[in-house]
Amino acid sequence: MTSKANENGEFKEVRLQVPVKQEDLEKLEIGTIVYLDGIIYTGREGVYKRVLEEGYDIPLDLPALSNVNFHCSPAAAIEPDGTYNVGGVTATASFRFAKWMTGWFNKSGAKVIIGKGGMSSEQYKELYVPAGAVYLTTVGYGTGALLGRGIKKVRQVEWFKELGNAQAMWVFEVENFGPFIVDSDLKGNSLFEQEGKKINKKLDKLYEGLKKPALSRYGETDDRSDELI
Amino acid sequence: MISNKTIQDTAYQIMGKAAIDIPQDYRKGIEFMVQKEDGLSKFVLKTMMENWDAATEDRRPMCADSGLPRYYVKIGNDAKFEGGPIGIERALREATAQATHDIPLRPNRVHPLWRTDHNNNVGINSPEIDWSFEPDVDWIDITTVHKGGLFGTDYRMLFPGDGIDGIKRFFLDTMVSFGKRGLACQPAVVGIGLGGSKDTTMVLGKQAACLRTVGEANPDPEIAKLEEELKTLGNEIGMGAQGFVGASMVADCHIEVGYTHTGGMPMSVHMFCLSSRRATARIHADGKVTYRTDPNWFTPYMRRETTGWEQ
Repeated sequence: MTSKANENGEFKEVRLQVPVKQEDLEKLEIGTIVYLDGIIYTGREGVYKRVLEEGYDIPLDLPALSNVNFHCSPAAAIEPDGTYNVGGVTATASFRFAKWMTGWFNKSGAKVIIGKGGMSSEQYKELYVPAGAVYLTTVGYGTGALLGRGIKKVRQVEWFKELGNAQAMWVFEVENFGPFIVDSDLKGNSLFEQEGKKINKKLDKLYEGLKKPALSRYGETDDRSDELI
Repeated sequence: MISNKTIQDTAYQIMGKAAIDIPQDYRKGIEFMVQKEDGLSKFVLKTMMENWDAATEDRRPMCADSGLPRYYVKIGNDAKFEGGPIGIERALREATAQATHDIPLRPNRVHPLWRTDHNNNVGINSPEIDWSFEPDVDWIDITTVHKGGLFGTDYRMLFPGDGIDGIKRFFLDTMVSFGKRGLACQPAVVGIGLGGSKDTTMVLGKQAACLRTVGEANPDPEIAKLEEELKTLGNEIGMGAQGFVGASMVADCHIEVGYTHTGGMPMSVHMFCLSSRRATARIHADGKVTYRTDPNWFTPYMRRETTGWEQ
């Protein structure tokens, strides 16, 4: 089911406690607006490689501490006295991380992935549905200041030295952290894909009447024997 | 004599302004577009406007992917400054490192192979500094732009026979491919480079996207007409913010041209996003500094066609 806006143009909104409970996950429909309270952590290719390929133990008690993994690198600095200064946080494009997701779900018990741009519905069905996980997309995608406001405290930073600021595991205490939009529910439906299909229907008409380019190029054909530039 | 310290302090200031405060011209463009939207695309645009307010109120970056900070420097032909061009480059690199820590910005810059990160957005060939010059004045303009680095840009060698159809086709290709799932963080200021040699095409398109304001037309009326036509075409795709169904893809379209090889018509497309971060400062000869958001980069001198220059 897709969440629909009411007559005032407002979408269904929910506020969830982290770790997110099974019953809360079941209620999420694609298109629902979500805000979170509790503890979340960042993890992207640096963390995935270190845990899943190099065999390091996750330095956090997951999923007891949190079952929400944010594909994010914060705009943040560690001060000389060891305190943290978090400016903004926004997500990074998630499709690049598909190959690690099953391994990560198994190791971390994550049930909610927050990121940018989502994945395909095939990937949701293949990777997320068996793990009982949903995908939330950030909005815009640049709501760095709004999300930064939702971070109440940096609880800890792991692997800062080993992975650097952008790839380290940042653990945040968050309050009313959002908004996010449900892109994939527990069944693996995808909001992006549904919207994309509606848009695709009109594309042919858009190109109607435009003549072909003088020379084609790779991408327009798969035949490498064609003459291309 | 403009001191090196003034240059560094000024560059530091505009780094913060660019990262935090959305330029008014862009904001007005989005306020106009949101009226025509409904559904998810409208929700996204309204949330983005709330985000700009939050950024300005809290003095925090509007987007955590604080892009690849870089500079555009325009030096008056009569400007006198301490330390020479090397001094300016040093000041801009210092300002970048300091601002990255203090604002804070995300230290996005890494070595392409070893992924080495100095945590300060400074490294080999970064930040980029583009230079230009202006006759008969004694000031220095410094603009910083923080543009995202991954999506929304493409290049193609077209030929004269491809004509306007070819331009439209490549424009649509780029809008559709990067607009899906909103990877270009649209609605964007779309900059198009036409002509020059290949590298010039890329530079002109990028500068058109990042250094011209929403609502500003090319002084050539025929090019201005094409800008308007492409903007309309982009907004008729049926795609809105974040790749949802809608009509807001292009906040504005800017074209810049350069004389090119007689056999070709190279074209580039660049999309400057919902966090269109730019800020400019003018350092006057007496050391006074004034701030603005219109870079005023493409002066009549920049677009000159003649061998010499008389105004």
